[in-house]
Amino acid sequence: MTTTGPTAAIVAKKHPVDDLLRADRLPHILCPGCGIGTTMHCYLEALVESGVHVDKHVCVSGIGCSGRTAGYVKVDSYHSTHGRALPFALGIAVYRPELTVTVISGDGDLSSIGGNHLIHAARRNVNMTVICINNFNYGMTGGQAGPTTPMTAKSGTTPYGVADKPFNLPHLVNAVGANFVARWSVLHARQLKDSILRGMRKPGFAFIEVLSPCPTGFGRPNDVGEGIEEMLKYHRRCKWDDKARLEDVDIDMLRPDSPVIVGNFVDRDRPAFCPATGAPPASPTGATEESTKERAAMKDAH
Amino acid sequence: MTKTHRKSDQPKNKPLRTPMDLSYAKVPQGQVYVIPERCKECRFCVEFCPQGMLTLSTEINAKGYHYPQIREGREKDCIHCGFCNLVCPEFAIYTHEIAAVDTPIQEGSHEHAVTE
Amino acid sequence: MSTQSPSKPAATPRVRAGVHFMGGDFACAEGALAAGVDFFAGYPITPSTEVCEHLAQRLPQVGGKFVQMEDELASIAAIIGASAAGARSLTATSGPGFSLMMENIGLAAMMEVPCVIVDVMRGSPSTGLPTGVGQADIYQARWGSHGDYAVIAYCPSSPQECFDLTIQAFNAADKYRVPVMVMMDEVIGHMTEKVVIPPASEIPFTPRKRPSLPPGDSEYLPYMPDDDLVPPMAHAGEGYKIHMTGLTHDERGYPALSAEPHEKLVNRLVDKIRVHAADIVMHEDFLLDDAETIVVAFGCTARSARAAVNLARRQGVRAGLLRPITAWPFPTARIKELIAAGQVKQFVVPEINLGQVRREVERLTQLPVRRVHRAGGAMITPETILEAIVQ
Repeated sequence: MTTTGPTAAIVAKKHPVDDLLRADRLPHILCPGCGIGTTMHCYLEALVESGVHVDKHVCVSGIGCSGRTAGYVKVDSYHSTHGRALPFALGIAVYRPELTVTVISGDGDLSSIGGNHLIHAARRNVNMTVICINNFNYGMTGGQAGPTTPMTAKSGTTPYGVADKPFNLPHLVNAVGANFVARWSVLHARQLKDSILRGMRKPGFAFIEVLSPCPTGFGRPNDVGEGIEEMLKYHRRCKWDDKARLEDVDIDMLRPDSPVIVGNFVDRDRPAFCPATGAPPASPTGATEESTKERAAMKDAH
Repeated sequence: MTKTHRKSDQPKNKPLRTPMDLSYAKVPQGQVYVIPERCKECRFCVEFCPQGMLTLSTEINAKGYHYPQIREGREKDCIHCGFCNLVCPEFAIYTHEIAAVDTPIQEGSHEHAVTE
Repeated sequence: MSTQSPSKPAATPRVRAGVHFMGGDFACAEGALAAGVDFFAGYPITPSTEVCEHLAQRLPQVGGKFVQMEDELASIAAIIGASAAGARSLTATSGPGFSLMMENIGLAAMMEVPCVIVDVMRGSPSTGLPTGVGQADIYQARWGSHGDYAVIAYCPSSPQECFDLTIQAFNAADKYRVPVMVMMDEVIGHMTEKVVIPPASEIPFTPRKRPSLPPGDSEYLPYMPDDDLVPPMAHAGEGYKIHMTGLTHDERGYPALSAEPHEKLVNRLVDKIRVHAADIVMHEDFLLDDAETIVVAFGCTARSARAAVNLARRQGVRAGLLRPITAWPFPTARIKELIAAGQVKQFVVPEINLGQVRREVERLTQLPVRRVHRAGGAMITPETILEAIVQ
């Protein structure tokens, strides 16, 4: 290291996080201005900080742009089918409870085609951290509306505008009892990393919604613009309120005056899911250890 | 939109947190590293560097993107906050701490590069 | 000496060795336990519910994990996940649930994650006859998921075989890293018969093929097959940092989205079963030595067929029964052999569907293939089959 102070940017070949990446696959396939890479980065930093041995951590994802994350992180990683990341991850988490499991997938994968699994995994409070990257559309297929696309938004399948109300994911997941619920945009990289870390350390189901720019699928057709412009919108409109009423945290990226509420909304301690252990049942007569001993003693007395 | 107004319940003029005493704080000095071939020119680092010390190169990488570099004369401004590193979706920029300097950062240099 | 309460029952053993009077669904569950199943995920559906219920009780007693999932899509995904983490994993369902599982059966085939799926067939299509017998999922077992791949499917014909073939299914799944189906039918699932469970030491066990190189060795490639076309399998949490994907992938497991790696991978997925067909295929021959009429029947229909062959013999008709025990791979070689011997004059294929196994026989021969079909809801009687034999 030089003692004469910093110079112009030094060209490097390797990034400090590369050891946790399948770096031979970089640059990744994601578009310029997409926030999935940032989310991936925050996840990896959180993983390092968690102190969990990388060999004991598993990453599961579904299908879509966000689902590609599993292919870039250098941990045991499973790129499952569309919508099924959560039950796939449940199989690992339940069978090997000593492993920490993170699911990274998109809003469409987790809340549309996989919506049933989302509510059930949260209801069961399965011990896993779910990072739901919400880019307000189906990006991989070229920009179609999904269950998070704001009303009136234009997309490949909604040329006249979205007609149905989008999900409020933190409200949904909270309603069924997840232990930890947060929302950040990728601009809140530090807070996002901290939330992921809290989720990893928390027993039970942790759900972190990450608002991410999708210039290709959502930004351009809706005059939101490039990734950086969507980021600037987050900068202007995001309001941090941990105590927000979750029924009020709907997002409308297309209404200029509409705030975007972010924060660590829910932190509770319901017991995490643990299937029955099959401890031997009490004796069919309902006899307790004590009563059996008593009876044995009485027998002896006779 | 939210109907809670807790912030206004707080006494007026009470700071939200104790300000850092800049006369005692040591500000880290950082060195910026860039991996040009990974950059896709999203400009997140340039826009959100709290020191506003980054700009795009005039040269392009193999895929035709301009990558970040340090503004002329701002080489010593990096405070190794690490935000460029964390916000970069491409794992293409990071900083290393090279020293902690006694000189407090100048007033005004903390203001966000976002100018809207 | 022991401070243990005498009221506590001894832990139920995994293998309940002995002679039992047991239903097919229960025998299947006991077979899974004997095979060492660690993880079951399922959703109740008639007529397979007893498998699910019995394991709900028994599996936790032997240290396994039982999870009732929200649907069959979740059930199959969960057992693939658990298997990727090292479990011997199982689900049980019937036609409608089997349909829901199809996409992820393709995933298990593509990722080469062993798992066992029990399908107790009922009258179909759609909701069909929930409590009535059917045998119409045979093609679905082979071709149900999109694309080309190969599976193994067993068709038990008695509760004893439900036990034996479920063990066989786990061993084959681990040996070839494929999803394996146990295709029971409602009659077999709900039939109660004598089942002999051997002692644990006599239960056949084929271990999963595991990497010989230690974690971190750069030489280890998760999808580099051995000479038998099956790659050794590393599990989650062992340090191999493997990547598994349903995308077309190369030997490293990395997505490789072009024609050449796709050609290589898909051919290997099919070939690894095809080249081992002789080792995998199972069938039962009954009075075939001099048979001029060969009845080909499986599952509960094979029981009627055996009676029909006996009736025919009493009338002096030289009939025999070929019972495929593996529907997939189909006992093609045996049928070709019988045709080549020149004795056989006709085939009779009774089955509770409109002609699935019949088509498999028809494409092997120019000889007459008589059809004895019914859509479902009741067994085919020996008399009906006899009519076709003597026709």
